[in-house]
Amino acid sequence: MRLKLQIWRQENGEAGGQFVTYELADASPEMSFLEMLDVLNEQLTERGEEPVAFEHDCREGICGSCGMMINGQAHGPMAGTATCQLHMRHFQDGDEIRIEPWRSAAFPVLKDLVVDRAPLDRIIESGGYISVNTGSARDANEILVPKPAADRAMDAAECIGCGACVAQCPNGAGQLFTSAKISHLGLLPQGQPERDRRVKRMVETMEDYFGSCSNYRECEAVCPKGISIDFIARMNRDYVKALIRGE
Amino acid sequence: MAKLIQLYRSSVGKKFLMAASGIVLFGFVLGHMLGNLKLYLGPESLNRYAEWLREIGYPALPHSGFLWLFRLVVLGAVGLHILAATQLTLLNRRARPVDYRGRQVVEADYASRTMRWGGVIIALFVLYHLAHFTLGPSWAHPDFVPGDVYHNVVVGFQVPWVAGFYILANIALGFHLYHGLWSMFQSLGVDGESRQGWRRNFAVAFAWIIALANISFPVAVLTGIVS
Repeated sequence: MRLKLQIWRQENGEAGGQFVTYELADASPEMSFLEMLDVLNEQLTERGEEPVAFEHDCREGICGSCGMMINGQAHGPMAGTATCQLHMRHFQDGDEIRIEPWRSAAFPVLKDLVVDRAPLDRIIESGGYISVNTGSARDANEILVPKPAADRAMDAAECIGCGACVAQCPNGAGQLFTSAKISHLGLLPQGQPERDRRVKRMVETMEDYFGSCSNYRECEAVCPKGISIDFIARMNRDYVKALIRGE
Repeated sequence: MAKLIQLYRSSVGKKFLMAASGIVLFGFVLGHMLGNLKLYLGPESLNRYAEWLREIGYPALPHSGFLWLFRLVVLGAVGLHILAATQLTLLNRRARPVDYRGRQVVEADYASRTMRWGGVIIALFVLYHLAHFTLGPSWAHPDFVPGDVYHNVVVGFQVPWVAGFYILANIALGFHLYHGLWSMFQSLGVDGESRQGWRRNFAVAFAWIIALANISFPVAVLTGIVS
């Protein structure tokens, strides 16, 4: 496959950036998108140029490290896949592909396609935990968890924190991520003691960094794990309830 | 009150209050549309209805007392709705200072992407509409007769560009209502089957009903069904 890549290059957070066009003559349809970038980086290194910086780790869609805007869509054109799981067979020979970093006031660009997603960690720190008593380990089945609650909590827990929801949202909102993390704990009996405090603190931390929700549903559409915006509705209700109850 | 202010400080709370004020405004446009259907029952019926609106609660309340109370509630809802929308829009602009070279729209429909401008069009239309049929200065209405609503409506809509503006504004209202009614459930935290369930049907049904009925009034005058 012959590809024309327009990639955002930026030296560091302070420097301005620009799109640079690269020709890649020998991409294979079997490559993943990241492997295609690896090949480009090999060629750049051989030519003595700086390789394109991008984040990656597991390359099997579970770590949430990789993520870039591919032709204006977070994680590219395939639904339910992270960038590492996107394969070049979904592109045509001769395609022009534009690759940009996530854009959000909360995610400053560090270098090329790498952004600082630390605000997502700040949200987790503010309430993404449960109380665990010290002492001897309790029996695993001592706390009964209704099956529907366990299933739904698991759906929310699928969130890998890649930030695609923020990147795709026209408002740069962090509701899908935050609501998934709140629901994942708040749906389970173990998450009840801090339920009100959790939703209040996590929502308020989220609002220090991100925009608000206009129900565009763009986040849900690009989420590699298919997290439902129903969790956002659940978070909204939990937040208002927590305020009424006086947390 | 302190809790309401605390709620309003957050963007989740602003959306909640936008939904709450949206319910008031939805109730208003629905009632307004239903009342206007009396246009089809003739001058007597429509004018008596308009007169009754001023007399609700009389003599317990002064003349037009209830009407003014009602107007204040609607005005408050409009104010809150616009204030929250403006503040959220500014917040959202700040959250994405650098945009993509070409962001692909994946899922967001036309209605959701035109909420802000749709809202502006509706607000401007309402101002014009108040001048046209409530205040009736000569620049807005060619022959305004206070109290004769039927006459005012029929004469007013005989001007084609005025009727056209009403039709356009109500198309904008239909789109705004569709996304607004659907979003309302989300902002109020009604959980479960977000996409194709009864919430979407509810939003689609009322957006069509209100827009079509409102559009039928100028169309009926222009085509001579009502004269």
